Amino acid sequence: MIRVIFAEWRKLRRPTLFLGTLGAALFFTGLTTIFLYLMIDSEQGNSDRGRQVSREVLNLASGSVFGFASVGGLLGIIALCVFAAQTAQEYTYGTLRNLLVRQPGRVRLLAGKLAAMKIFALLLVAIAALVSVGLSVALADRAKVSTELWFTADGYHAIGQTLLNVSISVIYFGIIGMTLGLLLRSPISAISIAVLWILIIENLIGAVKPVTLDWMPGNQLSVIAQGGSPDVSYSHALILGSFYVFIGATIATILFSRRDVAN
Amino acid sequence: MPTLAISVKDLSKKYESGFAVSHANFEVPLGTICGFVGPNGAGKTTTIRMLLGLISPTGGTAEILGESINHPEKYLSQVGAMIEGPAFYPALSGSQNLKVLATLGGFPVERVEELIKTVGLEGRGDSKYKTYSLGMKQRLGIAAALLPNPRILILDEPTNGLDPEGIQEVRDLLKKLASQGTTVFVSSHLLSELELISEYIVMLRKGEVVFAGQLQELMLSQQPVILVKTQSPSDLQRIVEIAKADGHNATIRSEVAHIEGPENWAGILNKKAFEAGIVITQLAPQLPNLEETFFEMTGDQR
Repeated sequence: MIRVIFAEWRKLRRPTLFLGTLGAALFFTGLTTIFLYLMIDSEQGNSDRGRQVSREVLNLASGSVFGFASVGGLLGIIALCVFAAQTAQEYTYGTLRNLLVRQPGRVRLLAGKLAAMKIFALLLVAIAALVSVGLSVALADRAKVSTELWFTADGYHAIGQTLLNVSISVIYFGIIGMTLGLLLRSPISAISIAVLWILIIENLIGAVKPVTLDWMPGNQLSVIAQGGSPDVSYSHALILGSFYVFIGATIATILFSRRDVAN
Repeated sequence: MPTLAISVKDLSKKYESGFAVSHANFEVPLGTICGFVGPNGAGKTTTIRMLLGLISPTGGTAEILGESINHPEKYLSQVGAMIEGPAFYPALSGSQNLKVLATLGGFPVERVEELIKTVGLEGRGDSKYKTYSLGMKQRLGIAAALLPNPRILILDEPTNGLDPEGIQEVRDLLKKLASQGTTVFVSSHLLSELELISEYIVMLRKGEVVFAGQLQELMLSQQPVILVKTQSPSDLQRIVEIAKADGHNATIRSEVAHIEGPENWAGILNKKAFEAGIVITQLAPQLPNLEETFFEMTGDQR
């Protein structure tokens, strides 16, 4: 499987893909973190969906990663797009047949591709975390937020916990993207359907009937990144999110290993 | 040690619309060049995909180097293939594309530069694949197929998009590989090309194998043809009538009379034409070429 990872990595590391994805991740990370501090006194809110995050919250040991946790869902959507595109394009380019001739173990090929993309995603998460925490430290004074507790043992624990949660969320989003890529075999279809569902349809349904957000897959994965939300507990999101990902990945793996490669 | 490179027994692939390949049987000995012939939709690519483990047969079996196609992992490391044209990542260079496959297959990446030269892409290996012409893409596809230093090379229409010089180069390359012991299984619609290089031929029509065996055996089994041109094209019909009167099938194609008959009958025809006052400008007995044989055997129209 190590050969599959290295082969996939050759594709993932090309500058346009790597730097482009990193740029998008840092753009959203920076934007979210900057808004969190610069709009701390705004009546329109300083967090997602107009929520107000106060100084008291940011003064806590977990304050340094609040911005990073908030952007976790968006980082996940970026990962979803990359995973979906990298998987589905093997069908649209017709390159899957080359890969399977060189690596006929289909499950091994899939697992290797996933492992390489996980490494790619985790690298993005780590860089985004560094930038977000750095920006938080830089903007804390200006926003009159105390950083006293940020770099205590509790603060480091919060950083580690958030990094883990965002990583789980991003990888889960990525696996959903890979699953859609395998099912739909078209990058455009996979990405557009996923983004439309997660960003628009889930929110529309949730606005009409808020209780449905407890069960929406996109919401569960975003809540995992945030370590829980006022409406959905972390454990509920983690269990349900894992269940959705497991079902999707299982269906995709069975299909991929049995389906004829006719293009 | 297997003596056969490819052995296909009753192999079938059936879709809802019908059989793409129906009960195919053929064998390809090691170290030969075998042409895989058939019109579009005959089932050539489906057969090749089954041999490479990309699609599952609905019936029958096949073996590559003595290993069942149900276990492609046992033989694919010794097989190079280009299926249905080249397919690579447009944003990567030719070399990078080959390196992806070399890494995946566990082949030395140093081999990439050597192969880039072998297929005549030196100087363009670092250009992005999307900037390649069709001929260059085809050459890269052949290079990818050669990556494992294969015992069997399976190529689907390798000369598509190549200019005459490129076709000649591919032909020479395949001959060279065969002389070094590589078995080449090559499909093409350019029958004249296959005729020049193949020792074995597998003919497919509507999913069924209509001939599988030595090319020489196939050609010798064909009725010789005498080609006749006359000074006045209107005399061709009279030539056909003379032939038919002597019991030989004859047709006129492109102002040439094609008469099925033995070589020694050409002299008799010449004499009869002279007596009838017909001036013959060309009288050439010859064996039909592969293309003519193919149409003859499949009953297809040219």
